[in-house]
Amino acid sequence: MESMNTIKRRERVTDSNLLFAIAAAIFVLMYGFGILTHGHDFLQAQTFFDLFNLNAALIILTLAESIVMIGGSIDISIGQVTALVTMSCAVFLQSGEGSIGGAILLALGIGIAFGLLQGFLVAYLKIQPFIITLAGMFLASGLMTTIHEDPINVTMPDFVHLTNFQIVIPWLGTINRNRRFIPLEIMPGTIVVLVLAVVLVILMNWSRFGRNLYAVGGNNESALMLGINVKRTRFYSHVLCGLLAGIAGFVFIMTTGAGNVGNASGFEIKAIAGSIIGGTLLSGGVGNLVGSPFGALTLLTINELIRAAGINSDFQSIANGMLLCIFIVLQNVVLRLRGTESLKLGLPGWLLPASRSR
Amino acid sequence: MQTQNVLEMQGICKSFPGVRALHNVNFTLKRGEVHGLMGENGAGKSTLIKVMTGVYEKDAGEIKVEGKTIHFRSPEDAQDFGVGTVYQEITLCPNLTVAENMFIGRGRHAFVNWKRMKDDTTRLLSSLGIPARPTQQLSSCSLAVQQMIAIARAIDMDCRILILDEPTSSLDEDEVQKLFSLIRELKSRGVGIVFVTHFLDQVYEISDRITVLRNGEFIGQYDASSLTQFELVSKMMGKALEDVSQIKKHEPSAHDSSEPVFEAKGLSSAAGVKPFDFTIRKGEVNGFTGLLGSGRSESVRAIFAADRVTGGDVKMNGKKVKIGEPIHAMKLGIGYLPEDRKGDGIIAGLSVRDNIVLAFQVLKGFFKPFSRKQAEGFADEYIKSLNIKTPSTDTPITSLSGGNQQKVILARWLLTHLRYLILDEPTRGIDVGTKVEIQKLVLRLAEDGVSVTFISSEIEEALRTCSRLIVMKDRAIVGELIGENLTESNIMHVIAGGSEQTWPE
Amino acid sequence: MARMKSRGSQLFLPLSVLAILIVINLIKGADYFSISIINGALYGNIPNILYGASELVILSIGMTLVTSSAGSQDLSVGVAATITSAVFVWVLVSAGGITWWTILAAFLVSCVAGIVIGSFNGALVATLNVQPIVATLIVFTVGRSIAFLIDGKLSPILSSNLTYQIGNAIPGVPVRTPIILTVIFIVLAAVLLKTTNLKLYSQAVGINQKAARLNGINPVRIKLLAFMIMGVCAAVAGFIAVTKAGRHDSYNLLRNIEMDAILAVAIGGNSLYGGKFSITGSIIGAYTIEVLDLTLLRLDVPTQAINAFKAVFIIILMVIASPAVREFAGNGTNWVRARLGRADQIPTAIGEDASVVPKSDISAKKEV
Repeated sequence: MESMNTIKRRERVTDSNLLFAIAAAIFVLMYGFGILTHGHDFLQAQTFFDLFNLNAALIILTLAESIVMIGGSIDISIGQVTALVTMSCAVFLQSGEGSIGGAILLALGIGIAFGLLQGFLVAYLKIQPFIITLAGMFLASGLMTTIHEDPINVTMPDFVHLTNFQIVIPWLGTINRNRRFIPLEIMPGTIVVLVLAVVLVILMNWSRFGRNLYAVGGNNESALMLGINVKRTRFYSHVLCGLLAGIAGFVFIMTTGAGNVGNASGFEIKAIAGSIIGGTLLSGGVGNLVGSPFGALTLLTINELIRAAGINSDFQSIANGMLLCIFIVLQNVVLRLRGTESLKLGLPGWLLPASRSR
Repeated sequence: MQTQNVLEMQGICKSFPGVRALHNVNFTLKRGEVHGLMGENGAGKSTLIKVMTGVYEKDAGEIKVEGKTIHFRSPEDAQDFGVGTVYQEITLCPNLTVAENMFIGRGRHAFVNWKRMKDDTTRLLSSLGIPARPTQQLSSCSLAVQQMIAIARAIDMDCRILILDEPTSSLDEDEVQKLFSLIRELKSRGVGIVFVTHFLDQVYEISDRITVLRNGEFIGQYDASSLTQFELVSKMMGKALEDVSQIKKHEPSAHDSSEPVFEAKGLSSAAGVKPFDFTIRKGEVNGFTGLLGSGRSESVRAIFAADRVTGGDVKMNGKKVKIGEPIHAMKLGIGYLPEDRKGDGIIAGLSVRDNIVLAFQVLKGFFKPFSRKQAEGFADEYIKSLNIKTPSTDTPITSLSGGNQQKVILARWLLTHLRYLILDEPTRGIDVGTKVEIQKLVLRLAEDGVSVTFISSEIEEALRTCSRLIVMKDRAIVGELIGENLTESNIMHVIAGGSEQTWPE
Repeated sequence: MARMKSRGSQLFLPLSVLAILIVINLIKGADYFSISIINGALYGNIPNILYGASELVILSIGMTLVTSSAGSQDLSVGVAATITSAVFVWVLVSAGGITWWTILAAFLVSCVAGIVIGSFNGALVATLNVQPIVATLIVFTVGRSIAFLIDGKLSPILSSNLTYQIGNAIPGVPVRTPIILTVIFIVLAAVLLKTTNLKLYSQAVGINQKAARLNGINPVRIKLLAFMIMGVCAAVAGFIAVTKAGRHDSYNLLRNIEMDAILAVAIGGNSLYGGKFSITGSIIGAYTIEVLDLTLLRLDVPTQAINAFKAVFIIILMVIASPAVREFAGNGTNWVRARLGRADQIPTAIGEDASVVPKSDISAKKEV
């Protein structure tokens, strides 16, 4: 009885936090492995921040995907919406009448428009999200190729200036091979990612909308009975996801400076994979948004590792897949072990009066 | 008088595709009264409640709250207006913490104050004596605790109307009393309370007035004090209840010496039941009893290998056999009707026919499907013999009432012509009429030589049906009662004193 | 009656969409159904649709089974087909000469490869309870690279007359070979469903795995089986695709077909969350997608915009089929009925006559 109680008293973490811990640990492990094998590269702050600098859009999309996944939905259109945004912005900026403010509005507008459409269809008409966002993906790619098919480099001076803008942090730099000190450079995209991550984490953990979304994803019927407006909550989650895809699009073109049909291709799958590695369950209701950037970063670190190891590109994707496989298996094994533990513990005799009257 | 009614529902109608659930139903609730809503399964109680709270839209009729016509479009609306509800099935979110489940969907603040939520929850939990912590994930709580949490949530909402749909189905006696004292307190504060249950004693203990529904129709509204239990039951069933004393259990004397049909030694499972021995003879009806969580269900699940078996020897008709998967048990002629009808029993999307035929079909084999005609024949036969109320064999099982769904699962096992049937709470949440039918069926089966293990939370029912009761506590067998010793007080005695452990006070 | 209604309404939508598309085509040009004979084989719009949709139809059959039992989709089908066809080509090339026998052997080996891939996915899904979309993501990411490794990035060309006959037409047979293979495959699938309990089992597993297990079904085996069948479907689809193309292009072969296959399942009126399914619906769905693609081409929609048009079409279709719109339509019908004074048509409560049946009957009728 005594031992029973001590075990029971141990605070059990929620599924979300457990998966988050796994995600964070895996990232640290991967990065640590990188440091061990390719010490020089991975110890440099620039290498770390380049993960953000060069992949800001993907990390934003991972956050977006995690949000809809927590709500028990899915969005596979985000990659193509991002691409559509880059193409539209590029065309707009090159048209001669473009302005950066206009381009930002355009990016947000396109994202929100997709979010509104898909959110309405998924939440209010209850159509399967996979199919609707698949259609959204086709729509975005079709619109993109209709707008422009060939790559456009944006040469508008203001924008080029923005693209080249970097925040230099002199006290945190690296020493290159020629023993010259190069200060750390952070691109605006990184700032956007960090700000968004903070805002979204707060939104998901402390706002009514965020908590309602967890409830809806966990069990939408119960959520309805608990007095939550299920449709509206799910609708907002898709709108938010669309908005983030818009932002990601702008960040993408800010990073690359060009509109291209191949932009952000396959990002939807990478975002889903990143979310999963970050500890979000596709079945909904479980996931910690802090884990999502870690998930994306883990994927990217793996790529870096493979590139640093100089492996042929085919093996790269194979190694990538195998690691993905290991994570997925690991996550499921952990969740399962946890399940059996709770089975064994059960709650024997909790009904005994006053045994836990604390 | 008019202002005294906190809720008035007039001429409520509601239809679902293929079913008329409510027809011209009236219901009034006064301030500061407990109003029992009674009826058999499928009478429309839950539907009426869901119309009240806006889960369903009514087809016709009028709802007045405190004299004003009101139209709730969603549970959110109802909740905002001061209607607290505990639904029949536990409707909380398993992935959230206990504290969140208490407070989610309430209040209109844009942000969540975790600290205050946690403190309030701690206060609530301790005032109601619920053994849970606010930061615990709900799915790690037992069903009974979850139900208490749902009740705590509704009570805390400071509501004008409190609706309790079968709140006591997984609570034990102490907790029921705790709930009743809470209800009395709320009543004295002027809250109108709607109380739905299948336990007649509970209704009489707490209700001031009773409304009876039958087949979706309004039968009448009565003062609890002037309606006898017998009258109530006959109004619910539409005819006089057969005297349950007619049910004569099969005394085991004749078979006592016969070879056991099923024998287990040191059986244990991954669900945490301690190794136990068990035998059952041909034509015997025995049962497991004990408090909720004592391991009754886990024991029978171990017999059927529903949970992973971790040890023990099993003999069927004296021959040593291995039961590692449910299919092995089925092949030996064992059937198991699970406690959780919705989660483990029915296949929700399939028709009544497929649900009936399933187990027999599996036994016949993957490569030998029944023809449509054969399956239809089986289904028709059992729909008739068990008196299952269904429009056709093609109706999805989910559109049947709970009692009829249970009969479908019974039919599924009877069809396999089994030798040993395990029934885990077959009568929970089922109307009186069907309960009696099932009890009778069990005894008929025993007469025909089928062994039955019958688990019931209602001790009376278990005593009436079983000739031998195995008493469990803390996942181990602590005693066995047979013949003369089979009395309620003996069971209590065994539970209380049958183990070395004493109850801390 | 209930059955007719539910089956009917499930197939009604894809069939009517198909009809509308054909009408649009007829308006565009009355020669839509015209068929010409080139080198002894039939050509024209209808034969071209049947020809073009072969791989999609075969994959959608497997996808339906996976969806039903696992409650989610297999993203790796196109990639799996690329790998199996790479194996097919590799065996054929290493065997030296291309004869009917080596083709058969290579095809069988590629089927084995398909089953291996299916088993891998299936093992993750069935034994480790990984969500299918997630599990198949692994093959999806690595698949084309594996195919490259097998075909040596050379895009080997099948220059044999025999493989041409499989991918196109056998002299003297008016119907092109892929169409025949598809029909054979559909018949085999129908036989499989008729002679086994696959349908009942996978529906039971897809709806309620725990209950299925308690009724003696082994959910692990059923899911594994579904994925293995999916693997065979991928192998057959890859076989047809590579013989059609005449060369193995690991990068482009059957690219993005997984999305169309999932779409076919959905258009066929099946739930993507598993459970009840209709293979017929999925097959009609697959042909509908092909008709749609060809219709857009025929209407001279610019190739860049085809995806956008397709998307609009899918959205409209899914909106019409959505539960909310159906309910709305149902209410409308009831309203009209009520106005016509036939409100009595609304069915009455189940078992109203229950009280007539004496309860004691049960013991008399029961037989065990």
